[in-house]
Amino acid sequence: MLKISGITRKFGGLTALDDVSLMFGRDDITGVIGPNGAGKTTLFNIVTGIYTPTAGSVHLEEKDITGIPPERLAKLGMVRTFQNIELFGRMTVLENVMVGLHTQSRSGLLACAFKSPGHLREERAVRERAMQWLDFVGIAELSGVTAANLSFGKGRLLEIARAMALEPRIILMDEPAAGLNSRETAELALLIRKVRESGITVALVEHDMELVMDVCDYILVLNLGRKLAEGTPREIQENPAVIEAYLGEG
Amino acid sequence: MKKEVIKFLIFALLLLVFPFFAKGGYLLNVLVFVGIHTILAIGLNLLLGFAGQISLGQAAFFGLGAYLSGILTGTYAVNPWLALIAAALIVGIIAFVIGFPILKLKGHYLAMATLGMGIIAYIVFNEAVDLTGGPSGLSGIPNLSLGAITFDSDLKNYFLIWTFTLATMLVSLNIGNSRIGRALRAIHDSEVAARVMGVNARLLKVQIFSLSALLSAVAGSLYAHTMTFISPASFGFNFSIELLTMVVIGGLGSIYGSFLGAALLTVLPELLRAFQDYDIIIYGLLLILMTMFMPGGLVCGLPAVCGALFPKRKERGKGSA
Repeated sequence: MLKISGITRKFGGLTALDDVSLMFGRDDITGVIGPNGAGKTTLFNIVTGIYTPTAGSVHLEEKDITGIPPERLAKLGMVRTFQNIELFGRMTVLENVMVGLHTQSRSGLLACAFKSPGHLREERAVRERAMQWLDFVGIAELSGVTAANLSFGKGRLLEIARAMALEPRIILMDEPAAGLNSRETAELALLIRKVRESGITVALVEHDMELVMDVCDYILVLNLGRKLAEGTPREIQENPAVIEAYLGEG
Repeated sequence: MKKEVIKFLIFALLLLVFPFFAKGGYLLNVLVFVGIHTILAIGLNLLLGFAGQISLGQAAFFGLGAYLSGILTGTYAVNPWLALIAAALIVGIIAFVIGFPILKLKGHYLAMATLGMGIIAYIVFNEAVDLTGGPSGLSGIPNLSLGAITFDSDLKNYFLIWTFTLATMLVSLNIGNSRIGRALRAIHDSEVAARVMGVNARLLKVQIFSLSALLSAVAGSLYAHTMTFISPASFGFNFSIELLTMVVIGGLGSIYGSFLGAALLTVLPELLRAFQDYDIIIYGLLLILMTMFMPGGLVCGLPAVCGALFPKRKERGKGSA
């Protein structure tokens, strides 16, 4: 589905990522873990077109998407969520999801300015679809609330609803459990599975080991910008190099 | 949706009947300026209040529109309506072209670049004497006319200008509450998230910058044809700042707010004339107080004030400005 090969990224003299390669399997939930500063978020930023890599390439299916900006990746079926949720704070919950339907609607500036019949029809359809996605994550009753007033947990759900609205092929979640309590994290695990069941490949960067071991089919472990290990959750748990990186020499 | 339509109709109706209660041409003349300023403020608000991009050079587009209209009609005897359309399109295209490099900048840097743009335009208005008449201005610009009606009196101009102003308001309200409006507000709140959602932020910012310039140019043409005389003094840096103040005082992102801001900043100096030399101090003080106590602008502040003064009655903030 998604293939990264030999990704290297340098920031001045610092090598944040050094020759990292991985295959993200279709319909899998793939987790990227590692201690702070391991380069997890940098990897996500490269894959989603926010940074360009110093070396290496990213392929979505057969297409080389290295360095393609995020707005074009959205049209190719890739979307992400953010570690410190990036909502459109002054807009309502429903409007946030409606922005997620941007690529699936066409009306240009003129059609919007003069309320063409086509635009009005499209607007109704977009509104309905947005409500369905809010329902999908279970916050339909909050549709009229200003997004900035949501709790962190609900904001996280909104971000996922908004990303789902693009009907992507792959969704990358950057620390989806950060700032959530244990009940919210359990609900999140259910939601992530539900996303996968709807035929979407999931990749996540995460600190919460319990969540990662619970939902992921395959895991990549990064340490200091390098690949430390990859494998199934069981393989990772038994890997001595991983145990050492996390617990220090024991 | 329905409520928005009724609100707009009431607003339009109030404006329609206003001249029958206004005694004398002076008040109508002031209202003509309120109309022109409202178009300009809305133009800037689309850019600043919606997309979150600042421009300190709006007076340049206003001036370009006015001079293009003035030169085409005065010097080349082009039909005024044609000149108005030509000026709007030319300025829109100019803004589109310079928008691409300029809007790559953010925050203070964008402010500096647009400021520079405004200053360049001001210098050109002054120095291109053969075209613009230089500091002494351009006179003899013909009025607009429609069949047998020539828009040459305060009353006629009132209806002319406010037809344009209401059209601008309607179009902007529509945009604000549409796919494009949502994309613009999304860019304002989080550009990176908007891009991840597939919004082409760069192109959309340039488009709205261009629309904003186009509206300013229309206001400029209307100004030139109603005044029949223009000079560079009307299109300087101070005026760009005044427009910015209108938008902020009125309420960022609110179309009715832009009207309130334009109305207040146009009427207030007239009222303060009585204080002669002290007017500018009072004016400044009022602005400071308002930004302190009405940070959301008049459009949020007035209903709150009315609600506090008359707690039982239903709040309504429109008629007071």
